[in-house]
Amino acid sequence: MNFLSIFDVIGPNMIGPSSSHTAGACSMALLARKMCPEPVKKVVFTLYGSFSKTYHGHGTDRALLGGMLGFETDDARIRDAFDWAKKMGVEYEYVIDEKTVTDHPNTADMEITGVNGHHLSVRGESIGGGKIKIVRINGIDVEFTGEYSTLIVRQIDKPGVVAHITQCLSKNDVNIAFMRLFREDKGATAFTVVESDEKIPEEILDQIRENNNVQDLMLVQM
Amino acid sequence: MDFISGQTLLEVCEKEQLPISEVMRQREITCGTLDEKQVQDKLKEVLRIMKEGVHEPLQNPKKSMGGLIGGEAKLVADHETKEDSVCGTVLSRAIAYSMAVLEVNASMGLIVAAPTAGSSGVLPGVLLAVRDTKGLSDEILYKGLLNASAIGYILMRNASVSGAEAGCQAEVGAASAMAASAVVEMMGGTPKMCLSAASTALSNLLGMVCDPIAGLVEAPCQSRNAVGVANAITCAELALSGVENVIPFDEMAEAMYRVGKSLPFELRETAMGGCAGTPTGCRLGCDICGK
Repeated sequence: MNFLSIFDVIGPNMIGPSSSHTAGACSMALLARKMCPEPVKKVVFTLYGSFSKTYHGHGTDRALLGGMLGFETDDARIRDAFDWAKKMGVEYEYVIDEKTVTDHPNTADMEITGVNGHHLSVRGESIGGGKIKIVRINGIDVEFTGEYSTLIVRQIDKPGVVAHITQCLSKNDVNIAFMRLFREDKGATAFTVVESDEKIPEEILDQIRENNNVQDLMLVQM
Repeated sequence: MDFISGQTLLEVCEKEQLPISEVMRQREITCGTLDEKQVQDKLKEVLRIMKEGVHEPLQNPKKSMGGLIGGEAKLVADHETKEDSVCGTVLSRAIAYSMAVLEVNASMGLIVAAPTAGSSGVLPGVLLAVRDTKGLSDEILYKGLLNASAIGYILMRNASVSGAEAGCQAEVGAASAMAASAVVEMMGGTPKMCLSAASTALSNLLGMVCDPIAGLVEAPCQSRNAVGVANAITCAELALSGVENVIPFDEMAEAMYRVGKSLPFELRETAMGGCAGTPTGCRLGCDICGK
């Protein structure tokens, strides 16, 4: 069992009204933003399940946008996220999908376009008490929480790629907490997700890129 | 220094001759990742947010996002000194404060989940009203927060503080138990009296369902926080008078959890039963969600 701190009980400090529908929504968007290698120009949020039904009263729409603008869950600017997006030049759009059934009732998709055209699609779930999971990237099912430093490698599913990644990690003395491989089909695109208790050194990215089957890298520090 | 239940907490208090607040502080420093200064700084921030939360809506009431609440705390606060006020200062103020925090929460303001957003009014309401009437220092309030977090931690560990899992008794019930225990220590009661107060607080709210209208943290959440406050003050008063609960805290926590688990799905934060399921509750839900 994880250690429960005083501030897990009397906390988190958060913008209301709901840890799952407001704070969790903000967290998942903030994490998705950190996965985008360039500043966000445009984002389309699709809200499913309970999010699609109660987003207005819970400010889920504002919280998602606030997170995408880089606001933490206790940032009072979340309430005025629409105004801030205008000021910061970020375009946004919401799709309310009440029909599609998702695995978790509190689910949102975030289609992000960066200022230089980078495209990233992320699905997040708000699983209660402000905790979240990223469960899909660019159409491929994955799973991680952002509570650890996380390295996400997009690669072609070929032999030796994972060995190369672990070698680079080992060379840089990174202790792996969790490591998982997600793929859709044999030989197609796959994701390796590595989570560590400590910061992962940035130098590692170039080293991992040396392998020809590595297509893209994302690093989110805790 | 760690503990995993009310019983083991009492044993540590007894052995080390320390109050619950100090055991909780030392547990954090020895078993957690924060040092003494970080704990103090975080407590300070928690208290700052709580103080702001209980006062802001009394000056500038705001409508909630769903429009079901806003302005109630000010009405209660303004009523405190009127001839037909029946509560007395400490209860009247604690009610107003707790309802104020729920207004802050429901209008997308900054709150401290204690232990949850839906029950975030109880602890600041009780602690700050007792401070007002007894003239207590911030130092004493930090002890209250630490004491409350020990009770909340045990409930999170061994039962639940989630309305979706165990109903409002797990949210406002837990907050009320935390506040009751905190007040007992702040007033000089023993650790055993604290746990007795917490046990009584849980038992009094046993079975309370989670039935938010339109699924929003507005009504009946706001008035449930007010009742959580009244329950906490009552239970602290019982314990401080020497009235002991016959059921030990750990057994009561387990009972609360079992009752919660046996609540039907409709009464666990789904906005289908209870207040939300009444004809008026349904109509309000439809109005707000635009269906």
